[in-house]
Amino acid sequence: MISEIDRPIVTRAGLLEGARLSAPLLPGVVVFAITFGAAAAGRGLSLFEAALMSALVYAGMAQMVALEAWPQVWSWGVIGSLAVLTAVVNSRMVLQGASLHPWLRSHGHGFNAAHLFFLTDANWLVGSRYHAGGGRDLGVLIGVGLTMWVLWLAFTLPGYLLGAMVSDPRRFALDLVMPVFFAAMLVPLWRGRRAAVPWAVAGAVALLVSKLLPGHLFIIAGALTGMLTAALLPDDAAPEQAP
Amino acid sequence: MSASLASLVAPGVVLAILAMALATYLCRISGHFMMHLIPLTPPLRRALAALPGSIVAATVIPIIERLGLAAGLAVGAALLAMLVRRNEVLALVAGLAVAIAARASGL
Repeated sequence: MISEIDRPIVTRAGLLEGARLSAPLLPGVVVFAITFGAAAAGRGLSLFEAALMSALVYAGMAQMVALEAWPQVWSWGVIGSLAVLTAVVNSRMVLQGASLHPWLRSHGHGFNAAHLFFLTDANWLVGSRYHAGGGRDLGVLIGVGLTMWVLWLAFTLPGYLLGAMVSDPRRFALDLVMPVFFAAMLVPLWRGRRAAVPWAVAGAVALLVSKLLPGHLFIIAGALTGMLTAALLPDDAAPEQAP
Repeated sequence: MSASLASLVAPGVVLAILAMALATYLCRISGHFMMHLIPLTPPLRRALAALPGSIVAATVIPIIERLGLAAGLAVGAALLAMLVRRNEVLALVAGLAVAIAARASGL
């Protein structure tokens, strides 16, 4: 196949098509946003802070992990370690962004820098399928990203209000929302036992580090050793990129 | 920052959110803009594919160890519900219901 540089196309029809293609992902993002809002209330964030985080960070898994590591006392070191934790959790976006390169390269740098703010698992997945099927309208990628952003922000609020209504979070198990929701995510991520070996290593290393070191370094230590394990595993154990 | 806004938000929290936002944005744009700098070797692809599950395991297992039996039962119930039904809401409700019951009965 001759590689042909895509002509830059962004249309309103593409944006609307992106919004339409978001429909199957709607229940997932709504539940996740409500869960995050409730967990943020349980951690003592204000409604404004929870909304600000959803609007600017816009990365559910990183936001949940950050809440788990949320400190009571602030220092530059704590802020720096939260930034590193966020970067580790979101490092999959580097690969996702790189895989979009053939589609984006005919568009301007400024335009790409702007719409990549909305890059997330959902629009990367939908957009990649659309592009692989011959679609070239970048509006589709942006449309899914914008739709998800609006939903993510909008449903953080009722989640927060729900969480804030509960006076004793522990009695209603709101301190367990994060681990319960996270653990359930393992089921759709499952790609067989061999692909789960890095997960087991990550969990074991995190447990060990949590015993030895203060703070929340154990999440970074576990995640990085999980990645290292996967990199060192033989090729036939390679799991496909999870959606 | 006005006085009313300062009373509404803690500066440390806002700085942390801005730092998280910057870290995330750099992850979002670096793949496309540094394409030529990143060799997408098979080991790197495998490592990134294993990342979501590794984060979940590295976060959840120490929490269960710290919070005890009720947390373990809750996570087990959520996994079971998810295996049977593939429904996130159901898994969340099942997990929290088990945790509430376990704690109410003194576990």
